[in-house]
Amino acid sequence: MRNYDIVIVGGGPAGLAAAVAAKNSGCDSVLILERDSELGGILNQCIHNGFGLHTFKEELTGPEYADRFIRQAIDLKIPYKLNTMVMDISPERVVTAMNREDGMFLIQAKAVILAMGCRERPRGALNIPGFRPAGIFSAGTAQRLVNIEGYMPGKEVVILGSGDIGLIMARRMTLEGAKVKLVAELMPYSGGLKRNIVQCLDDFGIPLLLSHTVVDIEGKEHITAVTIAQVDDSRKPIPGTEERYTCDTLLLSCGLIPENELSQSAGVELSPVTGGPVVNESLETAIPGIFACGNVLHVHDLVDYVSEEAKKAGETAARYVRGEIAGESGKTIVLRAESGVRYTVPSTVDPERMDDLLTVRFRVGSVYKDAFVSVYFDDERVQHKKKRIIAPGEMEQIVLQKQQLARYPDLKTITLRIEQD
Amino acid sequence: MYDVIIIGAGVIGCAVARELSKYDARVLVLEKNEDVCTGTSKANSAIIHSGYDAKNGTLKAKFNVRGNAMMDALCRDLDIPFKRIGSLTVCTDESQLAELEMLKERGEKNGVPGLRIVYRDELLQMEPHIADGVIAALYAPTAGIICPFKLTIALAENACVNGVAFKMNSAVKTIERADGGWRITTADGEYLTKTVVNAAGVYADELNNMVSERKIRIVPRRGDYILLDRAAQGYVRHTVFQLPTKLGKGVLVTPTVHGNTIVGPTAFDIEDKECTAVTAEAIAMVTEKSAVSIKNLPTRQVITSFAGLRAREERGEFILGEAQDAQGFYNCAGIQSPGLSASPAIGEYIAQLISEKLALNQKDVFAAARRDILDPSKLSLEERNELIRREPAYGTIICRCESVTEGEILDAIRRPMGARSLDGVKRRVRAGMGRCQGGFCSPRVMDILVRELGISMEEVTKCGGDSAIVIGRTKDGDKV
Repeated sequence: MRNYDIVIVGGGPAGLAAAVAAKNSGCDSVLILERDSELGGILNQCIHNGFGLHTFKEELTGPEYADRFIRQAIDLKIPYKLNTMVMDISPERVVTAMNREDGMFLIQAKAVILAMGCRERPRGALNIPGFRPAGIFSAGTAQRLVNIEGYMPGKEVVILGSGDIGLIMARRMTLEGAKVKLVAELMPYSGGLKRNIVQCLDDFGIPLLLSHTVVDIEGKEHITAVTIAQVDDSRKPIPGTEERYTCDTLLLSCGLIPENELSQSAGVELSPVTGGPVVNESLETAIPGIFACGNVLHVHDLVDYVSEEAKKAGETAARYVRGEIAGESGKTIVLRAESGVRYTVPSTVDPERMDDLLTVRFRVGSVYKDAFVSVYFDDERVQHKKKRIIAPGEMEQIVLQKQQLARYPDLKTITLRIEQD
Repeated sequence: MYDVIIIGAGVIGCAVARELSKYDARVLVLEKNEDVCTGTSKANSAIIHSGYDAKNGTLKAKFNVRGNAMMDALCRDLDIPFKRIGSLTVCTDESQLAELEMLKERGEKNGVPGLRIVYRDELLQMEPHIADGVIAALYAPTAGIICPFKLTIALAENACVNGVAFKMNSAVKTIERADGGWRITTADGEYLTKTVVNAAGVYADELNNMVSERKIRIVPRRGDYILLDRAAQGYVRHTVFQLPTKLGKGVLVTPTVHGNTIVGPTAFDIEDKECTAVTAEAIAMVTEKSAVSIKNLPTRQVITSFAGLRAREERGEFILGEAQDAQGFYNCAGIQSPGLSASPAIGEYIAQLISEKLALNQKDVFAAARRDILDPSKLSLEERNELIRREPAYGTIICRCESVTEGEILDAIRRPMGARSLDGVKRRVRAGMGRCQGGFCSPRVMDILVRELGISMEEVTKCGGDSAIVIGRTKDGDKV
């Protein structure tokens, strides 16, 4: 059995930022385990720009953004193992991993940081009727084929789902000479960022059909056409609205799922809303010493927020290893998501353990115009901020101040709500 | 001249091939698709019926019960999983109890052992999530579950090792009488053979009708299924059938040998023999009907849905044996359920008929045993590390959902009757069969197929034919 203070599962943006922060916080025994052949995670296939506006105040491509963190990790001499798959994590923080050189090996970690990212929802889980031919890809798989392997899946493309990867791939496939006929979105709003709709669809004249879905897939061996229909308020196809589009490629961008099989093997409690671990203000899961950050915790819209969150996980994990987070103070305040707010990360706050400022991130369940984000301390409204637009595709946040919480010694619940006035 | 040409490499064709490989004979299997197990055999309930369902005295009854009894030894020889988990046929109404009794009697006459009617209290012990409305069930302890891919592939591989030749991508165009037998033509070849075995699934009528005046008609009966994530493992422990009610035939809910849960099938008679498209109505129907037998089945955890075509002959019975007006032409037609269960017995029977006809001699050496593709997860840590030291490919995980290593995929490609496509790899080692459905591993499996088969990326297919995954390079693709 090998020993490390902190083992980080995943060498993508979350894992890298967590590793750098842990090391900078004085923890010398940090190991990153990465299943791919390079550090950087999914950023390596995101060759478009627009990354890092918050973190570096400049527009970087995905690989450039990753490289900033990879270089920090290398400069700090943080060890990492590539082509290494973590097979299991025990509640006692024994990490079982495997690669060609070391075989299967066990590491006893004092702290584990979960940074495995997320995966795409596949066709099968969407219950799309029709045949199951070649030519149907999740958008990220197509992105890998195009940007990493250098191959085109097809040249006549229909995209189902308006998640960010689908939008990005609409532009990418167009630039490669393919005809992207349309993007169909089941919901009455897009799940992607506004800027991606403008830059990837509008600028190329690609129509976005909201409240539409695929109701049939044709082609026994290879996809030849899809039928798109409008859906009603309960998301059921409306008969008579069907339109058939020939295509040789169907890309799916219908949601991302935090990848938490390992978290479950460790016994970590997951949120049914985010699919990610339930964490406290230290980004610590219900299992002491196991922390989570990035898309494995909840799916982010911008990588900058992943880095910010991961930095915090790295710092608190380092403090945990030093014994500075010795149990809870016993005062746990529950964070509640209500009236349009789908979830919050974290789910609980310990008013003594928290930093001076605590960022609480959340997403909303539908589009709100000129609405207020309100924060209630039990029954008292303490924040009430007007926003021009709040949309499910964009992550929102509020900030809690330790000082302010200290003035409410009997506080039990902090509630976030979207309010119209 | 061949002694036997078998048309169709589904579970029946492969079972016949393996039985015939016990004899000194020249045997060829012609398959229209790129791999074995690509038709009816690949999309069904993956269960081995006990045999109470078929009417007394039918071929279905006889071969089901015999096939079921052969399954343990066969699966041991072929080194594939087979679990006798037992089946429960549930009823929800007092008035149906008589029907359960009738099925029990029928089963006993068919020779099914151990049949017993169990009532709600005991049923709840056996199947904790049984629906509230269920009052009793017919318990058939000999019913089991199997992987139809593994069974068919193992039968084919073992037949191949014992000398049977297989030719894929060879759809039969014509069958004519020839001197001393039959002449079969495909798109790129002509074959002479003393005897023919028609194991062509939904196309068996077309072949029969080429040579026989005793016409048959196969009307494919589509069955839609949903498959649930392994996260739902353990929710259902037996194969749970429903008695038909006024609302129609029920659906079954059963675990698979791989820990998934399968729910289905529907039954729609269709004309198109290739139409395996799933419909939204069918998915909804299957999901809804599961509630008759199982309470709160987590159908939201669906990872895929699919449809298979039962090769049902109009009269609803197996057609087995030599065609009366076409000497040397043997039918295995109308093989719908319980075809998978009956397959070893059908193989045995047809091989017996042909060996007598041609006076074939048993081989001195027949390699009955075969080793399945090694599953490293069954090894101890030490054994696994020894394996990785010897063959480092077993240290690389390619499919994360099902934890499939590169070593297993290489084995699936390199062994006799090896995989040639993404689906071929998937059916042999389950890469791409898990909850992400190949999103992660398919580019990686493509790379391995390119390397191993010496083909280009553009030549990698999902399932042969026209199913290429990519069409060519990107603009700067050559620089990658």
